[in-house]
Amino acid sequence: MFCIRNPKFVENKRLKLSNSQLKWEILFKRILIAMSILLVLIILGVLATLIIESMPSIKALGFGYLWGKVWDPVQNIYGAYPFLIGTLLTSFIALIISVPFSYAIAIYLGEYNPKGWLSDLLKNTVELIAAVPSIIYGFWGLFVLVPMVRELEMKFHVLPYGIGILTASLILAIMIIPYGASLGISLIRMVPSPLKEGAYALGATRFEVIRSVIMPYTRSGLFAGVLLSLGRALGETMAVTMLIGNTSTIPSSIFAPGNTMASVIANEFTEADHTEYLSALIELGLVLFFVTVVINLIGKRIITRFTNN
Amino acid sequence: MKLSKSLKLAVVALAASCVTMAASAQDNVLLGAGSTFVNPLFSKMFSQYTASKVNYQSIGSGGGILQLTNKTVDFGDSDAPLNDDQTKKMSAQVLHIPMTSGAVVVTYNVPGVAGGLKLSGKDLADIYLGKVTKWNSPEVKDSNPGVSLPDLPIVVIHRSDGSGTSFIFTDFLTKVNPEWASKVGKASAVNWPAGLGGKGNEGVAGLVKQTPGAIGYVELAYAVQNKMPFAAIQNKSGKFITPTLEATTLASNVVIPADSKVSITNTDNPKGYPIASFTWALIYKEQNYGGRSKVRATELVKLLWWNIHQGQANCAPLNYAPLSKSAVKVAETILKSATYGGKAIL
Repeated sequence: MFCIRNPKFVENKRLKLSNSQLKWEILFKRILIAMSILLVLIILGVLATLIIESMPSIKALGFGYLWGKVWDPVQNIYGAYPFLIGTLLTSFIALIISVPFSYAIAIYLGEYNPKGWLSDLLKNTVELIAAVPSIIYGFWGLFVLVPMVRELEMKFHVLPYGIGILTASLILAIMIIPYGASLGISLIRMVPSPLKEGAYALGATRFEVIRSVIMPYTRSGLFAGVLLSLGRALGETMAVTMLIGNTSTIPSSIFAPGNTMASVIANEFTEADHTEYLSALIELGLVLFFVTVVINLIGKRIITRFTNN
Repeated sequence: MKLSKSLKLAVVALAASCVTMAASAQDNVLLGAGSTFVNPLFSKMFSQYTASKVNYQSIGSGGGILQLTNKTVDFGDSDAPLNDDQTKKMSAQVLHIPMTSGAVVVTYNVPGVAGGLKLSGKDLADIYLGKVTKWNSPEVKDSNPGVSLPDLPIVVIHRSDGSGTSFIFTDFLTKVNPEWASKVGKASAVNWPAGLGGKGNEGVAGLVKQTPGAIGYVELAYAVQNKMPFAAIQNKSGKFITPTLEATTLASNVVIPADSKVSITNTDNPKGYPIASFTWALIYKEQNYGGRSKVRATELVKLLWWNIHQGQANCAPLNYAPLSKSAVKVAETILKSATYGGKAIL
């Protein structure tokens, strides 16, 4: 089969492909295809399971589920709105806090200090941030960050809980820095030096080179890194659960306690003891799935627009 | 060729290991799953029990019930009796056998009050409803004459995860406060009207320890091990009872119905601590299902029999309350009612 499809390839005498080599070539290609298809199937399977399992809840509550404000497993009233708000609020606040840090790290390690022991040390440290398990961030947050936020809240004269949307966002921000930074470092290092040298030759300063050459060249890639961090922030569960306060009400300020979709699922899934309850929790997973998909689609559009310009 | 050979070898090895795993699961090992609360006690009990091996997975009461419904385990363990929905899903009648009882204690962090706080059930519910908001409010003061309570807001802490501990706690509040009963009710997770949620005993304990003015609830064993202060709670007879193992055992020393599915919160016993509950092992009444052998069924019933008798000696050292006399008697009758093919096993 291979010979018929690619006659030129076989005619090339220098290659002298043996039979087993050809077989391996076909096998390898098939493995690649199978792997890719498998991944798509898994995602579709997850989606199908989520839809089927959340059917009882969808039937009972309809679209009201999305803007219902009460979550009461005893009365069987379920509304996802407070958790939707909580998820979006913590993720975007975390993103806003983390972006300046990840961009600064990317520019410093990509352009100012790309080689040497200090650069290696910093790069490894940043990557280590991503390797620390989230439960450790949770406990660190609970015992170190919470008292600090409480001090701050006392100065602002709000109820000094210490835990809430702000604390959860701060810990999320730290956790997602490496995702944007690592990608940014590699991209900035890959900017062709003729471009930069040209700019320098024209008398540009380092800052001007970064602003007018490096940033436009890597813009879409850097944004992809931000998107990656956002995806991580949307789904983060353990650390957020420990620091957000787990209150099923719509947060009134960034100091107020709230809850996110992922942390509600993690908290309540094991003991969901009746069908409607379990189904409502699974529907929460479905909503989270769609939120992630929508945000990714919007991100992709923004990336294409940047690239075209 | 070499690759496909090694692939084949790997597949065979994997299959072989699966087969041996399945074999070991059948071979004299009883499977259980459920409550995390009872896990330390079960681990100790099962390590001492020599007649058969037991593999207990502490995945939570709800998970244990689900596994028993799917017949993937020999027994489940739950901190709350099966509700109607769960009973309907079971294909056959399920027996509840009390294993031990546990108490839920109210812990607090009030600067200047190191211990000895007293609370009535109604006031506790009002605090959790968000109606009593200050430590020096008249409701709290009335129960604590002579204690100087600070002018500090009460920060309510509850469990954020669904748990048997929350079930016991809300069950008590439902019994003692009509407003709680109508507004919130009892469940392993409820719509908390006030306060913050902490994940697990450690989450609640962490928040209480850190937040001045906080009040929370944890299992007695956890509070004792972590040297946390806990409040004396007023029981039905009007006495303030400090939670101890004895007071918890006494709470269950009341008339227990034949199926043992009873809530012992707000106990009638004048010396009993009012926020206590059994944890139940759950088994099918008819043990001949899904091709189970009679040997396996007998081993299971014998294990549970040992648990409620000799096994009880392990309770106190681990801060669990041993079953009361009346509870053991009821448990014996229930175990004797278990059958294999219609015939009694014991």
